[in-house]
Amino acid sequence: MIYREAGQYKTTYQADQQLFPILQDKIFVLMLLGFAFFAVPLLASEYLFRAILIPFLILTLAAIGLNILVGFCGQVSLGTGGFMAVGAYAAYNLAIRLPDLNLIVVFILAGLAATVVGVLFGLPSLRIKGFYLAVATLAAQFFLDWAFARIGWFTNYAPSGSVSAPALTIFGYTFESPVQKYLLVLSIVCVFTLVARNLTRGAIGRSWMAMRDMDVAAEVIGIRPLYAKVTAFAVSSFFVGLAGALWAFVYLGAWEPLAFDVNRSFQLLFMVIIGGLGALLGSFLGAAFIVILPLMLNQLPGWLGISMSTALISHIEFMTFGALIVFFLIVEPHGLARLWAIGKEKLRLWPFPH
Amino acid sequence: MNQTLKVKAAAVALAVAGALGAAQDAMAQANEIFVPVLVYRTGAYAPNGAPWADGFVDYLKLVNERDGGVNGIKIAYEECETGYATDRGVECYERLKSKKPVAVNPLSTGITFALTEKVAADKIVLMTTGYGRADSVDGSVFAWNFPFLGTYWDAADMLIQHVAKKGSLKGKKIALVYHDSPYGKEPIPALEEHAKKHGFTFLKLPVTHPGVEQKATWLQVRQQRPDYVFLWGWGVMNSTSIKEAIAVSYPRLQIFGGWWSGGEPDVLPAEAAAKGYNSITLGHSSEKDRPVHKDLMKVLYDKGKGTSAKKEEVGSVMYNRGLISAMLLVESIKSAQGKYGKRVVTGEEVRWGAENLSLDAGKLKAIGFDGIVQPLKTSCTDHAGVHRGRVHTWDGLQWSYTSDTYEADYKLLRPLVQASAKKYADEKKITPRDCSKEK
Repeated sequence: MIYREAGQYKTTYQADQQLFPILQDKIFVLMLLGFAFFAVPLLASEYLFRAILIPFLILTLAAIGLNILVGFCGQVSLGTGGFMAVGAYAAYNLAIRLPDLNLIVVFILAGLAATVVGVLFGLPSLRIKGFYLAVATLAAQFFLDWAFARIGWFTNYAPSGSVSAPALTIFGYTFESPVQKYLLVLSIVCVFTLVARNLTRGAIGRSWMAMRDMDVAAEVIGIRPLYAKVTAFAVSSFFVGLAGALWAFVYLGAWEPLAFDVNRSFQLLFMVIIGGLGALLGSFLGAAFIVILPLMLNQLPGWLGISMSTALISHIEFMTFGALIVFFLIVEPHGLARLWAIGKEKLRLWPFPH
Repeated sequence: MNQTLKVKAAAVALAVAGALGAAQDAMAQANEIFVPVLVYRTGAYAPNGAPWADGFVDYLKLVNERDGGVNGIKIAYEECETGYATDRGVECYERLKSKKPVAVNPLSTGITFALTEKVAADKIVLMTTGYGRADSVDGSVFAWNFPFLGTYWDAADMLIQHVAKKGSLKGKKIALVYHDSPYGKEPIPALEEHAKKHGFTFLKLPVTHPGVEQKATWLQVRQQRPDYVFLWGWGVMNSTSIKEAIAVSYPRLQIFGGWWSGGEPDVLPAEAAAKGYNSITLGHSSEKDRPVHKDLMKVLYDKGKGTSAKKEEVGSVMYNRGLISAMLLVESIKSAQGKYGKRVVTGEEVRWGAENLSLDAGKLKAIGFDGIVQPLKTSCTDHAGVHRGRVHTWDGLQWSYTSDTYEADYKLLRPLVQASAKKYADEKKITPRDCSKEK
């Protein structure tokens, strides 16, 4: 009843091709953005910012990057953690070696550094596919882990291998409080979500999807596999590298290579799979599922006033979390984004389903 | 429809329960001192983390039950599971921060690194008993970090003193088999300095987390044949190392563990292979007969209030370390109350208390810790308080001391500490405090 586009006529191609062709969607997204930018800073507690919202947003950005590669272009990657590490260490080295450089520039350059590395490790994708490519990217993960743990230059010869980021100062303004950091991350995520959305629905995104659906057919209709695959790796790595730099600078503050180990790669891959391959919304939902749910499960007994041993709570957290992953994948193998889409379809018919 | 109603009712119930819980917390805060207890009772490091956590919590319980709190102020605490993961540890810290904690003891060097900057901003004391940053001994830069009882550099220094007694180290080879994390890498600068001084070759052999796969590392040991192996492991890595050493027939008498590689969970799984294994200790071993242990039995375990499921765990190496860590926290609070009054003290006041902590032999005897804690005195220039340890050896059934007490050589370590602290201060743009003016 409410969610119905009857009467919304599109008279120009431009109107038909806009980001949100349905008015209700547009209003919803604008309201959500308004809520995130204006209401959340007033309502949320410091814990919510520092421990939930900031990591959620940063990992969303990384998941968007991975989704471009896995979901849109169909190239499985297990090296995401390594590419995040490239972003983080590139940003660290730029920031301490060129202290006058604007941090925004540092972040962009960190993303570009990850792009270069990503493209390098993406080149084998022209020859190998599927599981074999996954193994090749896994090699990238281990190589990068090794490089950052062993080559002293990357960590500025820190004796323990743990480095810490300098203060977040952009144009003389220091982002210190959790609210400021949240708004910084939120703005970056919004901008790059928009970029990703437009890339994926444009010509380049269509060539990625053609590559994903059937590479031989795509080649026949004139899509260059080299161009499509390498751009997917490049764009994906840029996003992931930027997320890595933010993860290190905004969320962790001090980190060791272990923060970007192979578990991070798996975590991001699970986000994309559970959230929904080939849907940007899926990256948000998947990140929320993987980041927020375990913390909620861990704190639920406390909220309910049930006293339990810490070990038991953690075990229950692991079991419930695992069970929920299986449950959602059985209910909707195409991920949470697909569930959302089904919900929208149902809402269009409501309250008079056939 | 019915179902949605049920769901809604459940949601409301949840919200109400949550609100009530929050209200209760607020009530409790009024006249209690809150301490977050970051622990790991699950995962690869649980065998060592769980007894430490039991000891820590038991001492807080003991102080509340036996003495009615610290000078009448009860200690409230809440456990949070970190799984030894840095990001979960930071999350735990943020979660419990709203309860105005005075001090935190995360039992992880990685988490310590991540929290070092945060605690200074939040005014919470970061106590790292026998772990953490070695350079945080320098209180002029690291005002909020307290690596009580000694650092990894101290441990490495004492081990070098121990093996140097067996004959000159010139031309010898010493290998460090270490957990590839900030924890394991921490002793490297001190050992490198010693290698220069004594003229031995220093080999670095990392083991990746969690340390169950060490074949390659020990093959290197077999190939290089170092005269001594120092083991810097944690959790399952330790017992695996001891077993792998046997597999490549490396004599276990030449292996010396750091003090986190010398507890019962490290040697018991290795069974007969561990007999004769040595490690440095943090001033204590597995004493079970101090007055504090008798009190624990009388006040907690005989009444079924103990944290540990097994009575035998009380007095094990890791349990004692948790106990001592909690004792140092309680004594810091007492010391703060001595200056600021017997009330609920703040993090800033506890920081002063920790910096001016003085536990002489008499005081330690009075609280029942004589013989397991070396007398210590902290100051602005020395946040550790004491830098002593002994070597203990596992005879297949129990630990026993097999060396004299060593004291870390600060003629050698002090310049390293100051250089590292200065580097940190420069990076973070911290102006070091003038220790001569601190009172």
